Amino acid sequence: MSVLVISPGLLSSVQDDGRQAWRHLGVGRSGALDAYSYSIANRLVGNATGLAAIEITLTGPRLHFEHAARVAICGAQIDADVDGLAIPCWRRVDLPAGSVLQLGACRLGARAYLAIAGGLDCEPLLGSRSTDLRAAFGGVAGRPLSAGDRLVVADGFRPDCSEPVIDARWVDPAPDLDLARPAIVHLLPGHDAITDDHALFATAWKVSAASNRQGLRLQGPGLTIADPQERISEPVMPGTLQLPADGQPILLLADAQTHGGYPRIAHAIRADLPRLAQLRPGDALRFVRCDAALAERKRIEQRQRLVRMSIALG
Amino acid sequence: MSRLFTVEPLGEDALLLRFGSAIDATINQHVHACAALLRRERPAWLLDVVPAFATLAVCVDLDAMSDVADPLGAVRGWLATRDFDAIADGHLPAVGSHQIRVRYGGDYGPDLDAVAAHAGLSPEQVVQRHASAEYRVGMLGFAAGFPYLIGMDASIAMPRRATPRIEVHAGSVGIAGAQTGIYPRSGPGGWQIIGRTDALLFDAARTPVTLLEPGDLVRFVDASRSAGPNA
Repeated sequence: MSVLVISPGLLSSVQDDGRQAWRHLGVGRSGALDAYSYSIANRLVGNATGLAAIEITLTGPRLHFEHAARVAICGAQIDADVDGLAIPCWRRVDLPAGSVLQLGACRLGARAYLAIAGGLDCEPLLGSRSTDLRAAFGGVAGRPLSAGDRLVVADGFRPDCSEPVIDARWVDPAPDLDLARPAIVHLLPGHDAITDDHALFATAWKVSAASNRQGLRLQGPGLTIADPQERISEPVMPGTLQLPADGQPILLLADAQTHGGYPRIAHAIRADLPRLAQLRPGDALRFVRCDAALAERKRIEQRQRLVRMSIALG
Repeated sequence: MSRLFTVEPLGEDALLLRFGSAIDATINQHVHACAALLRRERPAWLLDVVPAFATLAVCVDLDAMSDVADPLGAVRGWLATRDFDAIADGHLPAVGSHQIRVRYGGDYGPDLDAVAAHAGLSPEQVVQRHASAEYRVGMLGFAAGFPYLIGMDASIAMPRRATPRIEVHAGSVGIAGAQTGIYPRSGPGGWQIIGRTDALLFDAARTPVTLLEPGDLVRFVDASRSAGPNA
């Protein structure tokens, strides 16, 4: 079966859980920026872990389902309707053949995930169907969705319904993702010291409009690196907090380059990456200190909540 | 532990082995030899080993260590049991060796004359020096398949352009400081462009996806010269 893209929205792309093992060739991770919401959307429609879904940024696409499909939308709180019927997020929804799903504006958060039972069937490259927007490969021809694209959906559950059916059960993503609360991000120490640690942790950092899937550019009081000498390029990872010479930190996300020459002043923990993916230009975030043991605990707790959710959804 | 490197955390799921803090051929060779050793051993938790000039990231699959209380601590412990020091004693792995044909100057290398002027040499001398050295792929980074090549003749070094070009053609061969490199695909870039190759540096649908691997050896061949007088 297939889904026709009538209009693509601001920036919609095919993403899965990304490429983990190719940084040595300069190939970044890509994949769902908010891996937590992506993962729940897949579980809601009964997909195995890692099947490809659509990542939507701020404003969603308009899609024509040529066949019946089971779908779920998770992540940002986004306006969605099927032929005039409002569709809630965090639920399983069955759509009859011929449905037009209109995704509108994200009201809270920045990125929503549309999973379809069976998963999107594009060619896996380096073990993933994710779109690498920087290197221009994967997903649909290595680019964001555009009008007229026909997305093939692999075999999966096909509902037999003549009108949309909204499941009564729904998922509460808190505490891992609570968009109504201010973003608090836990930082592990980095390689490079700054002169004023207090400013890093006392500031409500503002997300700049120049942010994208590669990184969040943060605005606040200028930070200064303790040892300002030029550095040679070293490996960086999603979560790394870099400090360019202008003193405004950049928090790297899933599309992070593999190497960077800027000082690395800290690293955001993995459990907080979903919340970071949901920050919009102008939003504020605060940093708190963290150590390896707390990071590990938060990561395991988040994974356990996902497992419990899977069991509950059967 | 090893006398070659120190170990520091790189976030929650990676360690960084630090061999030095400068671009140096011997240090970089140790990085690649150490990466090769880790790849040969291939422990179940190893996701990737990412070489840079003087550091090596060891990316850890935390899900493969779900029964371990302190995964990065366990990896440190594992590293301490390996014999890395033999690397420094000359046990270097075999690496790939490549010849890359380049058309220098003109539309292919719009900055060749500027590099020559900066060096106080003729454009022909710059080409001759660029094409006579043997380079090592210090690392692949910046973009998928972009090689940072170490070993350029210091006399033709030149800083990046003050204003980056909006569009550098795929295959462009450039100079940035004492490094030379090749743009795998068209896009913005600030390196001094002295020539261009038809070689395909990165193709996600090909196996292997990159022409070069970190640690490989590269020579440039002056294609305008070797193609004969009518080229």
